[in-house]
Amino acid sequence: MSDTEKELRVSKIRDGTVIDHVTGGQALNVLAILGIDGNGGETVSIGMNVPSDKLGRKDVVKVEGRELSQSEVDVLSLIAPEATINIIRDFEVIDKNRVERTASVTGILVCPNHNCITNADEPVRTEFEVFDDGVRCSYCGTIVREGDVAEHIDARGSGETAL
Amino acid sequence: MLEDHLISAAHLSRADIETVLDRAESVDSAGEAGHGSHDGRVLALCFFEPSTRTKMSFESAMKRLGGETIDMGSVESSSVKKGESLADTVRVIEGYADAIVLRHPSEGSAKLASQFVDVPLVNAGDGAGQHPSQTLLDLYTIRENAGLDDITVGIMGDLKYGRTVHSLAHALTNFDVRQHFVSPESLRLPRNVRYDLHEAGAQVREHTDLDEVLPELDVLYVTRIQRERFPEEREYRAVAGEYRIDNETLSDARDDLTVMHPLPRVDEIAPAVDETARAKYFEQAHNGVPVRMALLDILLGDEGGDRR
Ligand SMILES: [Zn+2]
Repeated sequence: MSDTEKELRVSKIRDGTVIDHVTGGQALNVLAILGIDGNGGETVSIGMNVPSDKLGRKDVVKVEGRELSQSEVDVLSLIAPEATINIIRDFEVIDKNRVERTASVTGILVCPNHNCITNADEPVRTEFEVFDDGVRCSYCGTIVREGDVAEHIDARGSGETAL
Repeated sequence: MLEDHLISAAHLSRADIETVLDRAESVDSAGEAGHGSHDGRVLALCFFEPSTRTKMSFESAMKRLGGETIDMGSVESSSVKKGESLADTVRVIEGYADAIVLRHPSEGSAKLASQFVDVPLVNAGDGAGQHPSQTLLDLYTIRENAGLDDITVGIMGDLKYGRTVHSLAHALTNFDVRQHFVSPESLRLPRNVRYDLHEAGAQVREHTDLDEVLPELDVLYVTRIQRERFPEEREYRAVAGEYRIDNETLSDARDDLTVMHPLPRVDEIAPAVDETARAKYFEQAHNGVPVRMALLDILLGDEGGDRR
């Protein structure tokens, strides 16, 4: 029995998403990407620094009643490149995917440059190009290194808001 | 890239640059070339922060092409002050003009504005970001005086906030140019610019002392170190003094050194240097008109008035 199966058995969810093989210590940042702060009423379980054959230590995040948008998955790939995303319906894993790094992420990160036009009240979403070791604002060119990406997640979950 | 907008020097290819410079050269030498070719067309000057010279240079260029300019006036007197977004402002102005020149205090503003308009848009400076039309006139001046390949260029002063520096450094990577950056530690090139230069495979070195490189230079591009970058006047004085040149500082330089400066200068270059053959900064400023004529001519298309 694999780690994943064991995890799923401990606290099965009916419908929702299990994000597994998250880089150890990144679970709270995963929640931040999903815009989950506990006030939305979702049932969430988190395993942090669970032993893993593949990663040594990994985090696992299970969210009841929620599937992920593509832009959320895109940002997830930056902080947890090994993550797998299991979509659960009626207690069954109906879809299992590795995250993939995309060329750009839109709408989820905030540019750390206060003077960037994306931080003014303009009708555009942020856009960052993805590099090997970080991301870069497509508007002002500011670079955010991979390890710092989590700090710049839009806490308001603007990835979900339309333009 | 050039057919739509001019947003960043980083997007300019060698071919783009050469197209503009060649066109500028023919405008410059023939005197009449391009004159009157855009009769009746209108250029909107949207300056969200003041820059009299850049504005006048574009105005002069457009008028020499036979066109007209309209000006949104100072920000204080416009609807921007009332909180209108840049996106809305340029969408309205697009209806009044065949092309837009934008100067704005925020980085990335030109890119943003260009997404909301169909007429060509020229970035005339976005915060500490880019100032690509300045770069084209800088390149024109370098080409006339030193050529653009197999040369050594020193860029000195405020390299952190100087958008003319960022644009120029990007553009020079298209040519066989050794770039030396001379600045106080606190004002060195920003990380993203260094990253790009590295990615472009540019030959780049950084220094805190001009003497280390001066004798090798074909071109020395001086920029102003601004007082407001320093918390204390004393600190500013100490730093600024080290990055000021006069004929004595230049005694180790080559005789054919080209000294440039985007102007206005305060006291980074002693007036005595003006009298020498090395001083090219006024010529550089004058080159703004033919270069911007060439640029507008290309962006507006060859057939004047076809948009109306
Ligand atoms: Zn930015």
